[in-house]
Amino acid sequence: MVVDMSPDDLIGEHRKVLLTYHDGTVRQVLVTNVETPIPDGRLIVSRTDQKGIITHVNQSFVDMAGYSEEELVGAPHYILRHPDMPAAAFQMLWDTLREKKKWHGYVKNLRKDGGFYWVYATVIPNIRNGQLMGYTSVRRKPSRTKVREAEELYKTLSQG
Amino acid sequence: MTYNFTVSPDFNPNHLSGWFIFNTWLQKAIGEGIHLELYDDFDSQRKGISEDKFDLIYANPYDASLLVRQKGFVPLVSPCNKSDEAIIAVRADSSVAAVEELMPGLRISSTDDPDVNMMCMIMLEPCDLNAENTVLHRSDTYVIVAKHLINNEADVGFFLEETYNELSNVIRSQLRPLVQSQIQIINHVLLVGPGLAHKREEMLEALLAMTDDEKGLGVLESLGFPRWIAVSQEDTEFMIDLMDTLED
Repeated sequence: MVVDMSPDDLIGEHRKVLLTYHDGTVRQVLVTNVETPIPDGRLIVSRTDQKGIITHVNQSFVDMAGYSEEELVGAPHYILRHPDMPAAAFQMLWDTLREKKKWHGYVKNLRKDGGFYWVYATVIPNIRNGQLMGYTSVRRKPSRTKVREAEELYKTLSQG
Repeated sequence: MTYNFTVSPDFNPNHLSGWFIFNTWLQKAIGEGIHLELYDDFDSQRKGISEDKFDLIYANPYDASLLVRQKGFVPLVSPCNKSDEAIIAVRADSSVAAVEELMPGLRISSTDDPDVNMMCMIMLEPCDLNAENTVLHRSDTYVIVAKHLINNEADVGFFLEETYNELSNVIRSQLRPLVQSQIQIINHVLLVGPGLAHKREEMLEALLAMTDDEKGLGVLESLGFPRWIAVSQEDTEFMIDLMDTLED
């Protein structure tokens, strides 16, 4: 089991949750109820390889995730996965990307300090000369109306 | 043979002569004749692009996708320290203090610059504003956008950051930036087409060496930036992917 989040990094009361990722990794995450909204005008940008390992991040990504660039590059993208996000949402994401199509969705991301931030995310496959090289993900500030709708939907998917 | 060069119509009018000066310099640098053709609007230029009229284009990020992925253009350079950012501005005396206070029915004044319009509409998304619940007035220039705003013919104006900052003090004193993009990785790029690609290496060397002499430095000053930086194919492909993610 991976235990890479420390109570020393947290802000606020927290709960422990065990997450099991698609590759079988089990990770204990520490989760608070503290939201960090995305500042206006920012785009959070990252790239991964074909296996979902982060290869590039921009400063806004570093700022919002709370990890250093060194901690992020080389890490699996699921380092940001919040336990409130249903597995079905990510299944739809990967099903769409496997068809080499663009995916859009509202995502709740986990920060290193246990808090969270909501994004409107778009992920596209990077195709070069017909070959899949990886994925680019761009996230932007979402509408609160849409976040509330997503929260309600995700609750039903998690309970289903 | 004379090659054809064009510049994205969103260049700052203060640098109009700079692009002619640059073209003269470039012709001498590579020993080829190049005709510079400028346009007042994007649609007219795109018509020329679709007719394969150009061999060299200083392209905005929006057009780079078509040029690179469909027309076979390859990147040369981008201006240093000059990313494309957008500003949504209000009148200086507006009571609106945050984007979230903007409401459906919002009157927007903008040019037909696709990058700026896309970035600004993205910055309106958090308050559930979109093309369907706002009213868009197109203007030919950013100065006219500013005037619409000042004259209360629009509630907000969409500006390219560089152009907003170069508005006259008189105009800017009557406006206030409400929100500014901080994307940092979207910028214009000088692209060379298949017809001139055989000169790519020679052009690249000359462009990067512009800072080595007074003449080159003078040309760069007339364009409004300190130097060019080389841009790889992958840099441009990444930027095109990024632009793709911003379009719904």
